[in-house]
Amino acid sequence: MPFSNAVAIAGVGETDYSRDSGRTELALSLEAIKAALDDAGIEPREVDGLMKWRVDTSAEADVAANLGIPDLAWWGEISQAGNVGAALVAHAAAAIHAGLANVVVIYRGVNGRSGRRYGRGDVTGQRGQGGGAFTEPYGLLTPQHGLAMTARRRMFETGIGSRQFGAQAVAQRRHANRNPRATFYDRPLTLDEHQASRLIIDPFHLFDCCLETDGGGALVLASAERAAAAGRPLALIRAAAQAGPGKDAPAKRIAKRLFDMAGIARSDIDVVQIYDHFCPFVLFALEDYGFVDDAGRLADEGGTAWDSGRLPVNTSGGHLSEAYMQGMNHLIEATRQVRAESTAQVPNVTFSFCDTGIGTGAVILERGEP
Amino acid sequence: MTAWRFARPPGLPLPQPTGEALPFFAALKESRLVIQRCAACGTLSHPPRAMCGTCQGTAFEWEPMRGQGAVYSYAITHQAVHPAFVDHTPMATVEVELAEGPRLVSNLVDVPPAEVRIGLAVEVVFEEVGDGVVLPLFRRA
Repeated sequence: MPFSNAVAIAGVGETDYSRDSGRTELALSLEAIKAALDDAGIEPREVDGLMKWRVDTSAEADVAANLGIPDLAWWGEISQAGNVGAALVAHAAAAIHAGLANVVVIYRGVNGRSGRRYGRGDVTGQRGQGGGAFTEPYGLLTPQHGLAMTARRRMFETGIGSRQFGAQAVAQRRHANRNPRATFYDRPLTLDEHQASRLIIDPFHLFDCCLETDGGGALVLASAERAAAAGRPLALIRAAAQAGPGKDAPAKRIAKRLFDMAGIARSDIDVVQIYDHFCPFVLFALEDYGFVDDAGRLADEGGTAWDSGRLPVNTSGGHLSEAYMQGMNHLIEATRQVRAESTAQVPNVTFSFCDTGIGTGAVILERGEP
Repeated sequence: MTAWRFARPPGLPLPQPTGEALPFFAALKESRLVIQRCAACGTLSHPPRAMCGTCQGTAFEWEPMRGQGAVYSYAITHQAVHPAFVDHTPMATVEVELAEGPRLVSNLVDVPPAEVRIGLAVEVVFEEVGDGVVLPLFRRA
């Protein structure tokens, strides 16, 4: 029996987002965790599980000691990179459903601008070792290089182009302009400005690229019963699925598992969050998950805007315009949408979809009444 | 007018191969482009691997490639996201699909970044890039 709707996201929290936090990644994590626990109405002493991105620098032992957790019963982390947020939700929900833990906190705290910058080849490169022996000597040195190649090939095969990517970037900026937490809250963006922005790695223009952010975020997971005690609408975890390497595109393989588990159709989804390290991949994912056949056309027509009445996507502004929290801010926004608390609230949300890594994992949240 | 010629940024990493990758780089020093072939089922694999993903065989041969192919995709670096790119942008990195099927990441020695296109027919050239290291680069076929 899967954990469908037996476990909920009981609370969400984040720090301010900035270019220079002035505090440690551990401090950012703790601040976000405390905010999420306050949101859930759960005391730190009740937390008995912790989960983190493997790339996160704050060890669960340090978080537990600082937070004053009296009995950490279960913990874990997931490898790869920033792209595993949904996988963390899946694991934590499974642990709670299996009785291994009662309240699990998933956290992320990162000085992504003032500290380690993921977009820099001298930070994340392999110095020609391992698989890098076959790529780095030719200048393929950062994640965006490989993704640029993938995007260029898809543009060739499907005819999607930079103006469609720009239309999506503009839609997300409009969402950020409604969100006081967003880095680009007070900076509008036009399609012309997107097209005129400098190329970083062709085909990516500046405004196709995610931000670099200092900040923290956290989710509190508990049984639906425990979460309901807060007395407000619930973000029930209807389904969660992962996909690693394999034959077909990961998003296609996830979609099968995820929608089978949820027992609903794509057309039942009211609002979508997609991991946007680079804007083109938002549109590719909408197609690979089976939401639309031509996501470029949807974006061109404004159909991904929060108030479009069609398929609103990345309603907080996402990684492009809110903050780059490696999927954490997407999970927070997906939760806010089912609780009707977003700054770009879609009307009558029942099902909220969240991808946190272009095909490494996704979740479907369902609104539950307390 | 002098023809355009790729100037490899000297600060780019050199390959540091180990294990299964060694025969590929050893062959390059003899100006041979070889790809790992499963001795049991014949599947070509690149980069080289420890087990054949098709038949789980562990015995491999090294198959010489003709060196002909076409550009499968490309990325052009405009911002120096690594110190090696400073004063070396724009720079094109390409993925070449060999006629035999496998794809290699590489550079084009005689095609300016603005003229790189998917489908461009290319052939291998062997370039010594320092410390005795030879890389398989490509030129217009």
